[in-house]
Amino acid sequence: MAEMRMRDALREALREEMLRDETIFLMGEDIGLYGGSYAVTKGLLEEFGEARVIDTPIAESGIVGAGIGAAMGGLHPMVELMTINFSFLALDQIVNSAAKLHHMSNGQIHVPMVIRMASGGGSQLAATHSHSLEGMYAHFPGLKVVCPSNAADAKGLLKRAFRDQNTVIFIEHTANYAIKGEVPDDPDFLIEFGVANILREGTDVTIVGYGGSVHQATRAAALLEEQEEISAEVIDLRTLQPLDMDTVIASVKKTNRCVIVEDAWRFGGFGGELASQVMERAFDWLDAPVARVACKDVPLPYNRNLEFAALPSEEDVVDAVLGMFKE
Amino acid sequence: MTTETTSPAGTSLGAEQLGKFLYEMMLIRHFEEKCGELYTKGKIRGFLHLYTGQEACAVGSMAALEERDKVVTHYRDHGHALARGLDPNRVMAELFGKATGVSGGRGGSMHLYDVSKGFLGGYAIVAAHLPLAVGLGMASNMKSEGYVTLCVFGDGSVGEGEFHEALNLSVLWNTPTIFFCENNLYGMGVPFHASLSTEIPKLAAAYNMPAVSVDGMDVIAVHEATNKAVDHARSGKGPYFIEAMTYRYRGHSMSDPELYRLKDEVEEHRQRDAIERLKTQMMEAGQLDEARYQEFAERVDQVVDESVEFAERSPQPGIETLYDHLYKEPSDG
Repeated sequence: MAEMRMRDALREALREEMLRDETIFLMGEDIGLYGGSYAVTKGLLEEFGEARVIDTPIAESGIVGAGIGAAMGGLHPMVELMTINFSFLALDQIVNSAAKLHHMSNGQIHVPMVIRMASGGGSQLAATHSHSLEGMYAHFPGLKVVCPSNAADAKGLLKRAFRDQNTVIFIEHTANYAIKGEVPDDPDFLIEFGVANILREGTDVTIVGYGGSVHQATRAAALLEEQEEISAEVIDLRTLQPLDMDTVIASVKKTNRCVIVEDAWRFGGFGGELASQVMERAFDWLDAPVARVACKDVPLPYNRNLEFAALPSEEDVVDAVLGMFKE
Repeated sequence: MTTETTSPAGTSLGAEQLGKFLYEMMLIRHFEEKCGELYTKGKIRGFLHLYTGQEACAVGSMAALEERDKVVTHYRDHGHALARGLDPNRVMAELFGKATGVSGGRGGSMHLYDVSKGFLGGYAIVAAHLPLAVGLGMASNMKSEGYVTLCVFGDGSVGEGEFHEALNLSVLWNTPTIFFCENNLYGMGVPFHASLSTEIPKLAAAYNMPAVSVDGMDVIAVHEATNKAVDHARSGKGPYFIEAMTYRYRGHSMSDPELYRLKDEVEEHRQRDAIERLKTQMMEAGQLDEARYQEFAERVDQVVDESVEFAERSPQPGIETLYDHLYKEPSDG
């Protein structure tokens, strides 16, 4: 175990996997000489050379498409799109080719590829650079969607992503990059997909989050305990596809209340899917309607006060929980 | 002393090879006409884009490839599949949506795959497969496998960003990619001259790759151009671009009322017909007689009829297979 930031844990995962499997190579925007926009790939060009760490032009569709072709040719590419905001430009390749080729070809072709991207708002980057699209990617059958909330998970999940034979959309919330944590140094440390993590046990309410929103959930749980003597269980989904709903349902059956927290827009968001499944599977156990705490349905403004008003906060989570205890 | 026949001017291809070209073009023509017929009978559904008129492009280009090479193409893909040697029975079965189809009935007309033949698919989003061809080239280079990728697309692709991204990346990364543009003068119903402000080979040349334009209704010219391209790509010199000037006789798809062109124009292009042209050339060179031509026609009839029978009697995919191949599992091998 060593203490490190999430960005360092991600780099460790890339290094270890590249050492393990020589079919793995990295390509993306500014991942080489620049060291990655969030410094995740720093030093890897020097270590592995330009044949395996490839700086690409700014051509999202082209490089994701090339990644798909390389995967079809027997390699295991990691494509870094800098941020999730730019992945819109590669959406056709991701949705129509990476997600569908295995099925459409009746199992003849598969696309083992990891696409990494940074996501989330809260940095005053304004509307075009602050998206949270984890739920959108989880919408498409054929993709796997991973969104770690801490350093150890980031390492174990990214290493696991390279052991998968399908395309994995690996989404890193920018607020998580600098968070430090204890990270195992065992090269076989993997975290299985579809296994949610109970970060904090509780008895009165289940708070579900993923990626960045896990932190609002845990801070809210601490406040609820200190100020209201409400015991909240916090679940980090870790992966949205596959989705570990069993853990959520078991928790809700224990606590009888559920609050979903996400950075994405509320309308049509992944939280709606979660709420729906809780309703379908645990309706009789619920003492209150499932609550959703999400981003207000507006493009994120640049102004700090406006942006913070739009994004979900721990106070919003606390309010949602308290609302469930009012008669 | 044996009697030698003279091949059509300028080609070193023998009677056997040319006969093969003629047969394959006739097969594709008849297969496509049959598909049109079956569509009106409701046996084939969905979108159906027929390849009649463009046969020389598929036949001439595929013949330049080796077995290890890869092919990615657009959604008007039956001709390429047949020219690449995919089983006509299984291609027809796919159009019928049957379990025995090359894509198990999941792909349909626009998404034919046969990995065992290096045929990595028909792609139905215009220009989407061009970057894939570059990636396959990266894999060929990195793994020193020596294969080239033939990437076939239409003139409608050149307005897409992916066309430009792929051409640029292929030169930057020196991939063994043959970009083969079938210019049939229409992107669906929009005339080519209304789609592009320049000429296609100039675009490719601007990205610093060799680019030629050939008569896509002349199978020999197509073949020779592709041979050169394959030699270039396989020898490590990077990508190569071919524009083949061709014409589709039928509408864009079966639902096209063809309001954008006159019947006279179609007739005019039929005068350039690749099959008639090669047949005449071979007859004049003494490489073909009427009897042999009839033999080809009968064989083609037989193969197409058999493919329809095979498709008819093949089973539907089971409903229980709906979720098959959604994700590749370690147990899939």
